[in-house]
Amino acid sequence: MSTETTEYTSPDAAGKTAAASQEFETEHLEVSMGPSHPSTHGVLRLNLELDGEIVKMCDPVLGYLHRGDEKIAENMTYNQFVPYTDRLDYLAPLANNAAYAMAVEKLANLEVPERCQAIRVVTSELARISAHLLGLGAYTMDVGALTVFMITFTEREKLYRLFEELTGARFTTSYSRIGGVTRDMPDGWTDRVLNFCEEFLPLLDDVEALLTRNRIWFDRTADIGIISKEDAISYGLTGPNLRGSGVDVDLRRDAPYSGYENYDFEVPLGENGDCYDRYAVRMEEMRQSVRIVRQAIAKMPGGPFYAEDATKIFAPRKDKVLTSMEELIQNFMITTEGPDMPEGEVYFEAENPKGALGFYIVSKGGGVPYRMKIRGPSFNNLSILEKVCLGGMISDISAILGSLDFVMGECDR
Amino acid sequence: MIAQDLKSALQELCPDLEERDSLDWPAFNCPIAKIPELAQALRDERDYNALMDATAIDNGVDASPRFTVVYHLFSTKAATYVRLAADCESDEEPSAPTLTDLFKSANWMERETFDLMGIRYEGHPDLRRILMWDEYPHHPLRKDFPLAGFESELSDEEIAANTGVKVKPAPMAGGPFVAQQSCFESKREPTAKDESWNEAKEKPEK
Repeated sequence: MSTETTEYTSPDAAGKTAAASQEFETEHLEVSMGPSHPSTHGVLRLNLELDGEIVKMCDPVLGYLHRGDEKIAENMTYNQFVPYTDRLDYLAPLANNAAYAMAVEKLANLEVPERCQAIRVVTSELARISAHLLGLGAYTMDVGALTVFMITFTEREKLYRLFEELTGARFTTSYSRIGGVTRDMPDGWTDRVLNFCEEFLPLLDDVEALLTRNRIWFDRTADIGIISKEDAISYGLTGPNLRGSGVDVDLRRDAPYSGYENYDFEVPLGENGDCYDRYAVRMEEMRQSVRIVRQAIAKMPGGPFYAEDATKIFAPRKDKVLTSMEELIQNFMITTEGPDMPEGEVYFEAENPKGALGFYIVSKGGGVPYRMKIRGPSFNNLSILEKVCLGGMISDISAILGSLDFVMGECDR
Repeated sequence: MIAQDLKSALQELCPDLEERDSLDWPAFNCPIAKIPELAQALRDERDYNALMDATAIDNGVDASPRFTVVYHLFSTKAATYVRLAADCESDEEPSAPTLTDLFKSANWMERETFDLMGIRYEGHPDLRRILMWDEYPHHPLRKDFPLAGFESELSDEEIAANTGVKVKPAPMAGGPFVAQQSCFESKREPTAKDESWNEAKEKPEK
């Protein structure tokens, strides 16, 4: 595929006439698309310079959802920061919780028990399905196919009910702690998850039937927003966007964490790097996620759901806290000062639905990090907009934004 | 091992390279002017072809050198990372060479570091703020910037007049109730951090 952006040649008669007659003197129109725009998926603002319908310059303006998470992290203990991680990629909070906990556990050099790892895998993959469903629904809604939105959101509702049963909250779950998860899975929860998987796959087939060989969908998304392999790597794209361009990188398979090496799954790859490929990669990823969930539940080990011997890091059980002095002191120290972390720095990236969510934690000992950099995948995914929107039409921008599937929460932090 | 092998290869280019304490990936400290050269060597000869993260650490108002820029490079083939860090020479006007020619992802990440930490990247094609608005006067992630923020001017007077929006520090009622990082046991319990002002009492002039 050519890496140069080509001038868009409109096929219709009006376009031909306008191009042919050079008598019209035109100016470029400067338009600001967003921050409050239904198509820009959250608060993203695009400063566009337009020549008719064609985009001549696209400058994304970020920061409308900047909440200062990194500054706040310097003042919160490691467990106090978990609710902030919910709000990074707010479409898949369980995945962010797990990624953050794993980063801090890497800092502490703490191994969590296998059951905890399996639970984190199940929840992260369900979060992946949830995020892809919403991304797909919003993407197709922007492009015009409204039915898909209805189907995907009904499925997400089922997922929300599962999350609520597990964590207490539908949406901002705050499920993980440093050294484990908050509570074990309730009785019968895994059966309900398997039921969901069984109901979900045929509906995904329905969505596929609506879109994959649909002429209009193909026209709107194929050969639009092409990102070459070199560009994808250079601009720091990760996740389905990178794989849609044909670069075979998946941190779950290449640098496995949390027991992913025990599960069998495939990593879908695109070919052309256009919007259609990114859509296809996400569809297949959802099926692979179901596969992983089924394996994880089948192999679910018994045992504790938190690191019981990490007494300076994970708060002890409540009944012991209220009756035994040592546990009382541990609970007090962990709650007030924070988990006792060694000095040093770590960088950990997890394969989140939107890409590689990275945490760079600099610790000077104690319970509060000295510096925490959150590498939000959507931040780097969006950086390619300046290049990929050029030469296309405004309506292509909707398709491109939807296919990049970003979330402003982790972009702006 | 990988780290030793990398270290000797990089030391040929830059004799001042040292190993940096790291709990996970190989990490190196080097003089700041050498960063582009080392990054290029890592990219071209060692297949670290993606810049995943470019950020900076503020070592404290009294520390010298005050700012350290940190880069994380990733190899898509081997799925490993390497960390490169360098101290900025100037404490008041920190600057670093840009990596935009080598990695396009550096463009936005260096803009963010400039915005939040105030580190100027020499040679950057478009160094302006990215998360805060363009005319914002402060660099929020620095250690001398309080959590609640400072009062500052909104850039557009007309918008400020019409909407009545002001940029005021967050209402903290005596500061965030957090545990601080200091060695004294008594300070490590959560206390109100900045007790010099609250909604009732104005912040004392510095």
